[in-house]
Amino acid sequence: MIRIGVDVGGTNTDAVVMSGRDILAAVKVPTSADVTTGLMRALAEVQAQAAIAPRDVGLVVIGTTHFTNAVVERRHLSETAVVRLCLPAAQCLPPMVDWPADLRAAIGDHVFLASGGLEFDGTPIAPFDRGEISRIGAEIARRGIRSIAIAGIFAPVKDDYEREAAALLAAQCPEASITLSSAIGQLGLLERESATILNGALLDLARRTVASLREGVARCGIHCPVYLSQNDGTLLDSAQAERFPVLTFASGPTNSMRGAAFLTQCTEAIVIDIGGTTSDVGLLHKGFPRQAGTTVDIGGVRTNFRMPDVFSIGLGGGSIVAAAAGALEVGPQSVGFELTTRARVFGGDVLTATDIAVAMGCAQVGDASRVADLDPDFVRACHAVIKRRLTAAADRSRISPTPIPVIAVGGGSILMPDRLGDLEVIRPAHFAVANAIGAAIAQTSGFVDRIYSLENRSREATLADAEAEARSKAVAAGALPDTIVVTEREDVPLAYLRGNATRVRVKVIGDMGL
Amino acid sequence: MRYLTEADIEALAVGAAILGTGGGGNPYIGKLRCLQELRRGKPVALIGLEELDDDALVVPIGGIGAPIVGIEKLEEGHEGVRALRALEEFYGRRIDALISAEIGGGNALEPIITAAIAGLPVVDGDGMGRAFPEMQMTTFSIYGHPSTPAALADERGNVVIFQHAVSEPWFERLARSAVVTMGGTAIGAEAPMPGAYAKRAAVPGTVTQAIRLGNLVLDANREHGSAIPLICAAEQGRHLIDAKIVGLKRHLKGGFAVGEIALEGIDAHTGSRAHVVFQNEFLSFERDGTTEVSVPDLIVILDVDTGHAITTEVLRYGQRVAVLALPCHPLLRTPQALAVVGPQAFGLEGITFRPLPRN
Repeated sequence: MIRIGVDVGGTNTDAVVMSGRDILAAVKVPTSADVTTGLMRALAEVQAQAAIAPRDVGLVVIGTTHFTNAVVERRHLSETAVVRLCLPAAQCLPPMVDWPADLRAAIGDHVFLASGGLEFDGTPIAPFDRGEISRIGAEIARRGIRSIAIAGIFAPVKDDYEREAAALLAAQCPEASITLSSAIGQLGLLERESATILNGALLDLARRTVASLREGVARCGIHCPVYLSQNDGTLLDSAQAERFPVLTFASGPTNSMRGAAFLTQCTEAIVIDIGGTTSDVGLLHKGFPRQAGTTVDIGGVRTNFRMPDVFSIGLGGGSIVAAAAGALEVGPQSVGFELTTRARVFGGDVLTATDIAVAMGCAQVGDASRVADLDPDFVRACHAVIKRRLTAAADRSRISPTPIPVIAVGGGSILMPDRLGDLEVIRPAHFAVANAIGAAIAQTSGFVDRIYSLENRSREATLADAEAEARSKAVAAGALPDTIVVTEREDVPLAYLRGNATRVRVKVIGDMGL
Repeated sequence: MRYLTEADIEALAVGAAILGTGGGGNPYIGKLRCLQELRRGKPVALIGLEELDDDALVVPIGGIGAPIVGIEKLEEGHEGVRALRALEEFYGRRIDALISAEIGGGNALEPIITAAIAGLPVVDGDGMGRAFPEMQMTTFSIYGHPSTPAALADERGNVVIFQHAVSEPWFERLARSAVVTMGGTAIGAEAPMPGAYAKRAAVPGTVTQAIRLGNLVLDANREHGSAIPLICAAEQGRHLIDAKIVGLKRHLKGGFAVGEIALEGIDAHTGSRAHVVFQNEFLSFERDGTTEVSVPDLIVILDVDTGHAITTEVLRYGQRVAVLALPCHPLLRTPQALAVVGPQAFGLEGITFRPLPRN
């Protein structure tokens, strides 16, 4: 089966056609403001290059950093009301207490604490108060907020009150989109609540973006299923992606790291994926992205998703060079997808990191004569800023003083010097489309999350049952049985429920049988 | 005497998690709360045991309950102050200073939060030098100071006074059943002790010790070094194994998170298999059928790469960890103490406590 992997970045849209392990074609086109045009161009060009027809395509997988970029740049975020079901508990720390101030400002100060939290055994901390929720709903409606995040204490154990609150709030705010924390994450109130709020802030953007992606694929005459890549490198169908954009947060890094490992066969390396707006930095260990131990920082916010230990810095090919008050800065502001019209070498009037790379002679793109007038000292100073930021980023992801290679991937890797301090830099073939390759080699998963009674059977037998079910779900979704590995296995006993109830979560991941 | 800074609080959270030996609750929440109080302009003085007047009244204060509840059901915020005020009312006297009942985990920070709100100093010491799952396991109790009269406060405003318990285990049982009824977490303030007694029975200098440990890890992170040998050197500890978690059993028993971790050696330890038993805290470390370390010595599980502590509630299948053993304070090694915090006190039959060497 022919697969197309696509990476829609802030600056470029990349597409690859793969058959088994073979890369048949790879293209890179500028991302368009409407997303669709750029996607269609990439799909058309890559099919032409591979000499395939739309009907040959069995699977399209799209990875996008759109949602992560929005958080990192604090752009396209909708004001979101936060309703924490907790009272009288959890007043000691308000929602978003550990967030950067600028991101909190983008979300707005629409925080409401109400009753409706649960004890660990599912009984209410205080009686649920429908009137209280309706009053909060009226206030949210009065403020005109169109996204609501609901986070209830112990909602992952039992989501009844979150759903009831959602229904009451929807009655007051019929136009609002509502995200429930129980659908987003696991235990750990602050982290789950933060992820829920970010999801709420991204819903508008998610609807627009996913609609554009679907439309782009359909208008190219491709009618196979369209998936998005999610955090762990597995597939998310597009309807789910519209409702849960946060589940794609780390897909970019996961895809580029899996792509980098695939291209270099390196097992121990730092991967820096330089895009147009951000660079993602992570670590390959034994050929796989190193998983974060506990919590993951997204744009300065702690979340408790299971995802690769990757961080983003606001530096890419489209980063704007700004000299203000004697301080020279490159990024985090970026011209993004407008790089090929607004950058100096492309005829524009904004000085970007790409212009600096061209002026330094590190890259041949656009018209070098348009940066010939820059003061060489100024160019060197800018380049030093870029190098310093990349070196610091590589340094931060190192976990031992032993030098390991840095694999530079992504379209912006023209910014990358040949060495970063004592670290050697590798640029694999197809480095510019590693991310799209990672999307194309996407894996599929099977997941079971259910409450079992352990009254008449052992824990081991129950876990084995759950694993067998997750495996058969993965196989049904297209996984090759031999490649399936267990990535999550957790059993949390629910005390004081009859029948020795235990919540079991098992996730398995396998390669797509193609 | 000195005032705690924001940098102290950051380091204390990291070091307290290490001394928590897997338990003691999440220091992150406590850290955010301490920083919030300091930023509200409420300084907290740290005073040495020797600075206490012999007749000063010192109250041990801390959270009681299951860590997994603590990261989900956050406090209302004034539980500690309500428990403290209830004791003052009961005694008809103001309290002079607070002390941590347990330096390990979030309970290192709990007295600081209450001290900030109530305007009291915090004593540089604690009742365990680590974390333990039960309240009779403090050196305060072990050396003869009863925990009652004690006060327990929950997030709703319930305050319970335990006027008298016939023994420390009875106080633990009574308090524990109240905590379970309160939903799995509460803040307890135990009977005030005279300064003279605290000087004799408290594990000294442990707030400073935790700050120092935290700074070792934070500095190592900045310099990309490993904190693990530094921690061993500073604490006369042993690096037992680097391993991957290949099995994890846990269940709730009487409000405790009880379980067992199966470890498979990695890197230099490939081929070794080991087990760690826990009851909120890590209790024993067994390799190839032999118990090498047990309570009251400290079994510490760290992220193998970052050197940060991993607590029992965030243990996950597949995590790569380093296991260290640190010798406990001599106050926990007397026959009197071992009867309360030795292996038999935790139902670990057939295990004899073999103390790690300590100068």
